[in-house]
Amino acid sequence: MDSILLQILNGLDKGSAYALIALGLTLIFGTLGVVNFAHGALFMIGAFCVVTLQRILNISTVKIDPSKTDFLGNPLEVKTPYVVNWFGEATGNAIINWSVPLAILLAIPVMLLIGYAMERGLIKHFYKRPHADQILVTFGLAIVLQEIIKAFYGANPIPAPAPELFRGSFDFGVLLGMAENSVIYPYWRLIYFAFSALIIGLVFAFLKFTTFGMVVRAGMADRETVGLLGINIDRKFTFMFAIAAVVAGLAGVMYAPINSPNYHMGMDFLVLSFVVVVVGGMGSLPGAVLAGFLLGILESFASMNQVKSFFEALFLPSIDQIIIYLVAIIILLTRPRGLMGRKGVMEE
Amino acid sequence: MFSETRKNDHLLLLLFAIVTLAGPILLAPLGAGYPDLLQRFCIFGIFAIGFNILFGLTGYLSFGHAAFLGVGSYSAVWMFKLLTMNVIPALILAVLIAGLFSLLIGYISLRRSGIYFSILTLAFAQMSFSLAYSVLTPITNGETGLQLSLKDPRILDATNTSGSLPSTNLFGLTMNSTAKVDFLGMTLQFNIGFYFCAIMLIIAFYISMRIFRSPFGLMLRAIKTNQTRLNYTGINTRPYTLAAFVISGMYAGLAGGLMACTDPLAGAERMQWTASGEVVLMTILGGAGTLLGPVLGAGFIKYFENIFSKINDNVLHNTFAFLPDGLEDFVVSILHVFVGKGWHLTLGVLFMMVVIFLPGGLIEGANRILSWLRTRGKAGDNTAESKETTTTKTAVNPAE
Repeated sequence: MDSILLQILNGLDKGSAYALIALGLTLIFGTLGVVNFAHGALFMIGAFCVVTLQRILNISTVKIDPSKTDFLGNPLEVKTPYVVNWFGEATGNAIINWSVPLAILLAIPVMLLIGYAMERGLIKHFYKRPHADQILVTFGLAIVLQEIIKAFYGANPIPAPAPELFRGSFDFGVLLGMAENSVIYPYWRLIYFAFSALIIGLVFAFLKFTTFGMVVRAGMADRETVGLLGINIDRKFTFMFAIAAVVAGLAGVMYAPINSPNYHMGMDFLVLSFVVVVVGGMGSLPGAVLAGFLLGILESFASMNQVKSFFEALFLPSIDQIIIYLVAIIILLTRPRGLMGRKGVMEE
Repeated sequence: MFSETRKNDHLLLLLFAIVTLAGPILLAPLGAGYPDLLQRFCIFGIFAIGFNILFGLTGYLSFGHAAFLGVGSYSAVWMFKLLTMNVIPALILAVLIAGLFSLLIGYISLRRSGIYFSILTLAFAQMSFSLAYSVLTPITNGETGLQLSLKDPRILDATNTSGSLPSTNLFGLTMNSTAKVDFLGMTLQFNIGFYFCAIMLIIAFYISMRIFRSPFGLMLRAIKTNQTRLNYTGINTRPYTLAAFVISGMYAGLAGGLMACTDPLAGAERMQWTASGEVVLMTILGGAGTLLGPVLGAGFIKYFENIFSKINDNVLHNTFAFLPDGLEDFVVSILHVFVGKGWHLTLGVLFMMVVIFLPGGLIEGANRILSWLRTRGKAGDNTAESKETTTTKTAVNPAE
C-alpha cells in the first residue's frame, strides 16, 4: 500500500511537467495548427531563467580581508552580493534563497516576449506551408535555442536549489496513520504538483470564463467564421502562442530544483510530451493533461521492483525505460485518435 | 539539367561515378582530400539517398532514421567480433538487421501520417537511444560504445598472434591502407576504405535511380501528391509506404555498417535525435525528391562541418587582423559562438535559413539561377511564362 502511494506521488511531479508541456503543445496546435518542435526549448529557457536570476542576484562586490587567510595562505576574499548591500543581511539573503520562485516574475515577461517574437517573426510565415516545413523550421529553431544556451551557460548542468524552507521532505505516512518514514516525499515536488495544477486550472478558467477565451475556443472550432464576424483572430492566436510559451517556461522554472538545468533537458522532455499529446489525442486539452499525469504515474509504477521483476519474467527487461512508448503503441493501434481526441483532427 | 530519357540517366550515372571515384583528386585542392573525410562524404551520401527515398518520394518525414544507422553499426561490429573481419558479412548483417528493425518500426509508425508519423518515429528513435544507453548494455556496451577486443572469437579468421587488434578488410585488402601519390605539390591519398565506400555509394545511387524511374517510384510520388485520392481509387497505399520505409532503413543500415567498416566501433550517440536531424538537413539542403540533391547536401554539410570545427579563436584573430583591435575582438567574440564546438549552432541557423528561403534546396537554387540566366539571355521576352515553366519544373523536380 505505502509503496503504491509512493509511486503515485513520484509520478505526479514528472506527470505535472509532461502535462504542462503537452498542454502548451496542444494549445498551439489547436489554435494555429502548428506542431512546435521548439516547445521543449521554451521549457529549457524557463529553467535557465532561474539560472540567470541566480547569477544576477549573486553579482558581488569583492573585498580583500587581510586579517584572514584562505587555505592557500592568500588573503581571504570576501564576496558580498549587491542585494545584501542594498537590502541588508537578512532580506538580501532571503532574496537569494528564494531565487527560484522569484524567477517566475522574470520568466513571465521573458517568455511572453519570446513567444510573441517567435510567432510574429517566424511561425506566422509558415501557416500556408506544408506541415513538414513547419516541423523542420521549429526543429531548427530548437537546435539554435539549445546551442545558444549551451554557448552561454556551458554544457554542464547548473544546480538551482529550492528555498531552504522547502528542502526537506514531507512524511506522508504519518498523515495517513502509517509507520513513520514509510512514505517520504520532498516538499518541492509537492509544490511543483500544486503549482502545475494551479497553472492548468488558470489556463482552463481563462479559456472557459473570459470573453477572450471564448473567442479563442470559437476560433479553434472554426477559424474562418470567427474571422468573418469581424474578429481579428490572428492576434488572439498570437497571444495564445505566447501564453503557451509562458506555460512551458513556468514549468521549466519550477522544475529547476528537481532537475538541474542543462541545455538538452528540453528535447528530453519534448519527445515524451509528444508521446503524451499523441496518447491524449491531438488537439484535446483535457486529453493532454490527463495523459500527462497518467503516463507520469505509469512510468514511476514501472520502475517499482515488483513490477520490473514481473515483466522480466515475461521477457520484457527494464520495462520502466519503454513503458511510455509501449503504451503509446498500444493506444495508437487500438484507438488511433488517442484517449480524448476529437474527430477530424489530423486525419488527412 | 537532365531530362528523363534513359540515355541521360546513364550519362548522369557515369558522370556521378567518375566524380565520385576521382574524389581524392578533385577534392585535394579544397583541403578535403584525406580518406577520413572522403569516407564520411560517401557514407552520409548513402544515408541521405536512403532518407530521400522515403521523404523525397512519399513525403513522410521521419525523425528517427539515426536509429537504423546505429543498429547497422552495432550489427556490423558484432559480426567483426564474432565471425570475421571481412566487411562483406558485416554489411549483409547490418542491412538485414536494419531492414527488420525498420519493418517493425515502420509497421507501427505508418499507421498514422503527417505530424503523427514524425512524432512516432522520433519517439521510437529516442527509445532505441535510451535502450542502447542503459538496458541493452550487454549488446551495445552502453556509454563506452561497442569496440573490438583481442579476446573476440572471430571464428572464421586465423588466430591472431600479433597482439594488436586486426583491421577490417575485404578479402585481404585492409580498409585503412592508403596509397600516397605526390602530384603537382599535393599529396593525393587513395584509400581502400574510401573506394569501397565509393563503390557502395555508386551502387546505392544506381538503385535509387532505378526506384525513381520505376512504377513503384511513381506510386510513391502519387502518395506524396494525394494519398486520399489513391485510397479512393481502391489502392492500399500502406504496403508501398512500408516498402519505402524499409528500403530507406536498409540504406541507413548500410551506411551504419560502412561506418563500422572504416572505424570498427559503434556508440549510442549515433542514434541520437541530432543525428536524425542531420540527415533531414542534408536531404533538404541538397533538395528533397531529387536524385543528386541528398548526396550534394551530405557532402556540403560534412565539408563545412570539417572546416568550421577546425576554426578556433587564433584562426579568427588572424583572419580579422586587418580590423582595428576593438572591432577585431568584437567580431571574433561574435563568430566564436559559431565555430569550433559551436558548429551545431551554425547548422541550426543554416537549417532554418534553408527551410525558410530555399525549401527546394541547392538543386532548386541552381535551377533558379539557370533559369534566371536563360530568361536574361532571352532579353526578357515573356518572362512570366518562362518563370511559370521553371517553377513547375522545380516542383516536379528535374530528376523525374
